[in-house]
Amino acid sequence: MGLDFSVVPKFFDILLLGAFWTIAITVSSAILSFFGGIVFAVITLYAPWFIRLPFRAFEWLFMGTPLLLQLFLIYFGLVQIGIDLPAFVAGVIGLGLHFAVYNSELIQTAIIAVDRGQMEAARTLGLSRGQALRKVVIPQAVRDVIPPIGNNMIALLKDSALVSVIGVSELTLSAQRAIGRTYRPFEFYIVVAAFYYVINLGMEAVLRRIERRSQLSR
Amino acid sequence: MTASQPFIEVRQARKCYGEIEVLKDISLTVDRGQIVAIIGPSGSGKSTLLRAINDLDPLTAGEVWLDGVRVNKTLPHRQYEKHINQMRQHIGMVFQHFNLFPHLTVRDNVTMAPKLLKGISDKEADRLAEEQLAHVGMLERIDYFPSQLSGGQKQRVAIARALAMKPKLMLFDEATSALDPELVEEVNLVMKKLAEEHMTMIIVTHEMDFAASVCDRVIFMDGGVVVEEGPPELVFRNPTQDRTRNFLRKHLEGAK
Repeated sequence: MGLDFSVVPKFFDILLLGAFWTIAITVSSAILSFFGGIVFAVITLYAPWFIRLPFRAFEWLFMGTPLLLQLFLIYFGLVQIGIDLPAFVAGVIGLGLHFAVYNSELIQTAIIAVDRGQMEAARTLGLSRGQALRKVVIPQAVRDVIPPIGNNMIALLKDSALVSVIGVSELTLSAQRAIGRTYRPFEFYIVVAAFYYVINLGMEAVLRRIERRSQLSR
Repeated sequence: MTASQPFIEVRQARKCYGEIEVLKDISLTVDRGQIVAIIGPSGSGKSTLLRAINDLDPLTAGEVWLDGVRVNKTLPHRQYEKHINQMRQHIGMVFQHFNLFPHLTVRDNVTMAPKLLKGISDKEADRLAEEQLAHVGMLERIDYFPSQLSGGQKQRVAIARALAMKPKLMLFDEATSALDPELVEEVNLVMKKLAEEHMTMIIVTHEMDFAASVCDRVIFMDGGVVVEEGPPELVFRNPTQDRTRNFLRKHLEGAK
């Protein structure tokens, strides 16, 4: 039995809708993971111990357990204590926080690497420590980690397939639905792989633009 | 506050790093509009003293006063932070390595602190930037990033950034030491201009000629103490202390 792609066009609108949701969940999670990463980095480096220590347990939960399990916990687990999140929201929270923890590691290192003279110059002008972090240190740290954060975001795009298991109709789940109706797994998985590849190219182009724009200011 | 109190006063300043005492009971006063050079071998404590004046390197003991207000007051942490941030707005500082903010344009380097701390409008900020940058001859580079400037230009922008807060006092920590020799003069010219405008300045420097031509008073430090101080013509031409003589001779040989 050979490959027969003639069944694909009939499901193209479903796949496109799936691609839309994949992009939506990736972009939402990426934004959450970016700002979450900054907040987590600041907590880890500067918060008092009674915030830092519980936070470390939370961080360990996200780094030391499978993302799939985390999604189950957020979507199916939280319902039991009365928090009933829509699948999309649960997916964004799971993916966003998971990658926020990884981004936080990168941003922490970059904050420490910003020249001490920057903080000194800002403090000398009369800025508080918080103002100096916000206006001077963190913008530079973030600028320095844009390329590795970009790599994390591409990993995030690929891991977004996992939210299919909590019922978000993104690309992978759309493919599975099409396959359920046609029994043509190979064709649909290949087509969906091509979709991911194209989205990936688009993302890389956006990341390159951001990187280039941040070049001048170093 | 009494009328006779000096503009700036350091009282019995001591600074220890563990066992090492880098400032040993230093006292000094500076009058309003006075320009004071601090010279001395590296490790003499001159930079530490300068950085104690705005509490960047807090003293182990001793007091710093500016215009009748104690800079390093004893206060609970939170209140002290508020107080010191307020005080630092009045004390401009220029660093050896410029420490411009590389992610901001020249304009934003100058206006960031006044906008944030004094709440001035964008229009006022633009005027302030233009005024301060014109003053140091950097107006035509207002929309450049620091990475596009030479060392001398960076330092002039750093001076404009400090002046934009309208400080009562300017501290210069070896402002020309990191510059290529041909770029030193443009920064010195800006500092001379400030001197002519009667800005109160404390200048840590290795440039004896500059100190001699601009400063009202020279302080020679060695080993954490003030060895000798006086008008430049006395300290440079007629030093009374052996240590001063040795330092100046070595320095002169080094310059040749």
